[in-house]
Amino acid sequence: MLRFALGRLAVLIPTFIGVTIVSFAFIRLLPGDPIMLLSGERVMDQARYEALTKQFGYDRPYVIQYLDYVWKALHGDFGNSISTKGPVLNEFLQLFPATLELSICAIIFAVALGVPAGVLAAVKRGSFWDQSIMTTALVGFSMPIFWWGLMLIILFSATLGWTPVSGRISLMYYFPNGTGFMLIDSLMSGQAGAFKSAVSHLILPTIVLGTIPLAVIARQTRSAMLEVLSEDYVRTARAKGLSSFRVVGIHALRNAMIPVVTTIGLQVGVMLAGAVLTETIFSWPGIGKWIVESVFRRDYPVIQGALLIIASIVMLVNLIVDVLYGLINPRIR
Amino acid sequence: MAQASTAPAALSQDPSFRARFAEFWYYFSENKGAVAGLVFFLFLVFVAAFAPLIAPYGPYEQFRDALLVPPAWQEGGSTRFLLGTDAVGRDLLSRLIYGTRYSLAIGAFVTSLAMTGGIILGVFAGYFRGWVDTVIMRVMDIVLAFPSILLALVLIAILGPGLNSAMIAIAVVFQPHFVRLTRAAVMSEKARDYVVAAQVAGARPLRLMFKTILPNCMAPLIVQGTLSFSNAILDVAALGFLNQGAQPPTPEWGTMLADSREFILRAWWVVTFPGVAILLTVLAINLMGDGLRDALDPKLKRS
Repeated sequence: MLRFALGRLAVLIPTFIGVTIVSFAFIRLLPGDPIMLLSGERVMDQARYEALTKQFGYDRPYVIQYLDYVWKALHGDFGNSISTKGPVLNEFLQLFPATLELSICAIIFAVALGVPAGVLAAVKRGSFWDQSIMTTALVGFSMPIFWWGLMLIILFSATLGWTPVSGRISLMYYFPNGTGFMLIDSLMSGQAGAFKSAVSHLILPTIVLGTIPLAVIARQTRSAMLEVLSEDYVRTARAKGLSSFRVVGIHALRNAMIPVVTTIGLQVGVMLAGAVLTETIFSWPGIGKWIVESVFRRDYPVIQGALLIIASIVMLVNLIVDVLYGLINPRIR
Repeated sequence: MAQASTAPAALSQDPSFRARFAEFWYYFSENKGAVAGLVFFLFLVFVAAFAPLIAPYGPYEQFRDALLVPPAWQEGGSTRFLLGTDAVGRDLLSRLIYGTRYSLAIGAFVTSLAMTGGIILGVFAGYFRGWVDTVIMRVMDIVLAFPSILLALVLIAILGPGLNSAMIAIAVVFQPHFVRLTRAAVMSEKARDYVVAAQVAGARPLRLMFKTILPNCMAPLIVQGTLSFSNAILDVAALGFLNQGAQPPTPEWGTMLADSREFILRAWWVVTFPGVAILLTVLAINLMGDGLRDALDPKLKRS
């Protein structure tokens, strides 16, 4: 098992090097002068230009610049934001809990609805249930989520007034030394109504971000279940007289979950891409909104840093999923 | 496709193709959703082709006396503008009709770009293996390590915002899927007897790769092609929504949504209809894709 995990890790190393090269090259490929772009200034005299060139290390050969970049990145130095002047990593760490909290809620939402829906569709194959679940899943899979979010806002926030339009919590609550996870902070604070406010802010973004994963998981669960249900051991279990709940819920589902776990793991990248849109619609102060605003502000060091950090997270999660996959499915080791 | 059944004379020269198409159509037409998707898609092609004849007005034509007019059936609406007008008095229906052209062109362009590049790289990787394979696949792994929209945003920052940049960026993001599929299919075909026979008969590598092996690998690629067609429409619209794709006043559906976001509480129609258009188009293509998969994937065929 350890050999398997180390083997997967070894494959990742060239990919990681490639990712660092991409994010290193990004600033240099942008149209315009990199010194101007990095300092965020439009006009400067020759002396200042040369001083900045030296400061950013652009007077050295590319190879040295690259090694320096990687060395600094490995030590957590991803440069400074142009607009806030603060280190990119600090900003990332400050905003990441918001995105993580939203993504976790969305995944839970997608799994909690998607797996039972997929199982039901498979067990009742061809029935009215199967057809309506699969039609709904295909609609969800085809959903432009940026529009879906706006529609939910029109319905639930503007017309019915059930949920707030934007943000993570009502402005009357503030937790200066919290964990950054609003659900936990609001519970710990003990302030009346704080938790309720946090939950009501989370509902719509969770639905919007979870919609496509929900559809993918439902479809994947159904096809995995269909495959497993026709296996001999399921027939044996039925022949032994086990209740159909035991057969489906325990014997079949356990094996059907193997490909589904991989699917769930692969949704992490999808989630981070979806977070860009979801957070923009709901003004959710997380990584996605941060990136979009940096694009608007031409804050290129932030984009460069975010690129490297996020790709590393995606690779790490994929590695974990791979290893987990090896754990639950000994055949592929 | 519709022509195939009406023109048997042309097809009789290739009976095997005809038989294969009949078999394909048999399985495809069993899936009612797929047929519905195909019909709607053909309708969209028709709308796109004859947009100037169908649309009541031009996509940029402004009526200064009719700003934010609601749809015809709502109070204050008029039959002059069936789906209402936007904030500068343009007819929403006409803009949606012209937008069909953009969406279909986006899907077609992105898919052909991603597919062509993906197939060439995939065939080389699967045929030669060794270091060629390693290099190609590692580069694709790098592309896949970035979330799609993020990488697209970065590429657009380099290329400059606009519809062309957005399409190229999305094609780059989609390419690895085609490479992986092609490579896997080529690897499994390469050891077959007919390939060995062609090789023994003296066929050169390029001929083996693209004339002997590739045609037998097309089924999964066609299915992936429809999927990337619909995803391209979604993702390019999303980039338009973030102001990085097509620029206003282009009647591209995602850009129209971005334009009208501020009217969400005052004029629901300017926000609702472009999204409905995206959803229906993507849904129709995905329905077709499901039908194609059922019809082309021998594993799932019911005998």
